[in-house]
Amino acid sequence: MRTFFTTGALTALLSSAGALTPALAGSEDVVVEGAWSRASIGMNRPGAAYMTIRNTGDTPVTLIGLTTPLAMMPEIHESKTNADGVSSMAPADEITIAPGESVSLEPGGLHAMLMQLQTPMTEGESYPLTLLFDDGGEVTVEVPILGIAARGPND
Amino acid sequence: MRRRTILGYGAAGAGALVFALFVGWWQVDGPGAPEPVGQRPMALSAMDFSLTDHEGNEVGPETLIGRPAMVFFGFTYCPDVCPTTLSDISGWLDDLGDEANEMSVAFITVDPERDTVDAMSEYVGYFHPAIRGWTGEDEEIAKAVLGFRASYERVPTESGGYTMNHTASVFLFDAAGRFVTMIDYHEPREFAVPKIRRALEEETEGAT
Ligand SMILES: [Cu+2]
Repeated sequence: MRTFFTTGALTALLSSAGALTPALAGSEDVVVEGAWSRASIGMNRPGAAYMTIRNTGDTPVTLIGLTTPLAMMPEIHESKTNADGVSSMAPADEITIAPGESVSLEPGGLHAMLMQLQTPMTEGESYPLTLLFDDGGEVTVEVPILGIAARGPND
Repeated sequence: MRRRTILGYGAAGAGALVFALFVGWWQVDGPGAPEPVGQRPMALSAMDFSLTDHEGNEVGPETLIGRPAMVFFGFTYCPDVCPTTLSDISGWLDDLGDEANEMSVAFITVDPERDTVDAMSEYVGYFHPAIRGWTGEDEEIAKAVLGFRASYERVPTESGGYTMNHTASVFLFDAAGRFVTMIDYHEPREFAVPKIRRALEEETEGAT
């Protein structure tokens, strides 16, 4: 029992040390979780993608843009609802994620806005979305397409 | 005997007075108070507009009187807030179960240029079947928005297209068409569903 515990602790120690050593460019330590999109009706309406972007490294990273074969104009947008209950949407500024922090793109807030779709977004399919960072790094995620009425990544 | 009857009436009267005061407090200062922002929507009976639903029927505020109603504004080219509102509402209606069948639910577009009857029909088909999609002439949409004391604005985008800013709250009315309360965008389901139940209950009170 005792031996087992010690081995486990040693493994944990080694793996965390391993994770700390590389830390070259910040974007190498970016992890994207829970990505999802809703299906589209045809190609005329813009789509949106949601996800959590986590900076597991020790330097800040800044998200500066997006590319995807799915849409000609992918952009980070932010929806806001003011005190009168009026919602609006506009391109967001660059998003800097501090070490150990994460940023959530979620309905009604930040979202990857997919304008000028090249193909319809069909439920059950997926597409690659590449996040571009200020250090020149890129992170590509495969985004699953859920139903039009989906409310979250597990819907 | 006679004295007792008078006393009885007196007690009933006092009870009624207390009840009336309670109702007044509930609606003005209590949990039933409208949100402090903006103006209270008009009663449906005081509104005047004429639109077409997603099946081509002529509809207006009078269509919503007789059953509790839930009304909200949006547009189908909206990729974020509107599908979220429609799926939230679909979820609330699922939670209500059979009670949802006692309600009228209308999604009024603020973008009639792109949201034709056919476009609305296809779009609402993906959400809860109780949700009806209403569209129509620009000026009729404007009259509807005015009645709800809502607002909307067309905003050009860099890509040469346009998007719409609009009130994202959900308005609740009782069966008599009186405004009950509204559900703000992002309000958690724990608050939304009881608010809808309140609109449903006011119908029962009115009927008895
Ligand atoms: Cu957007």
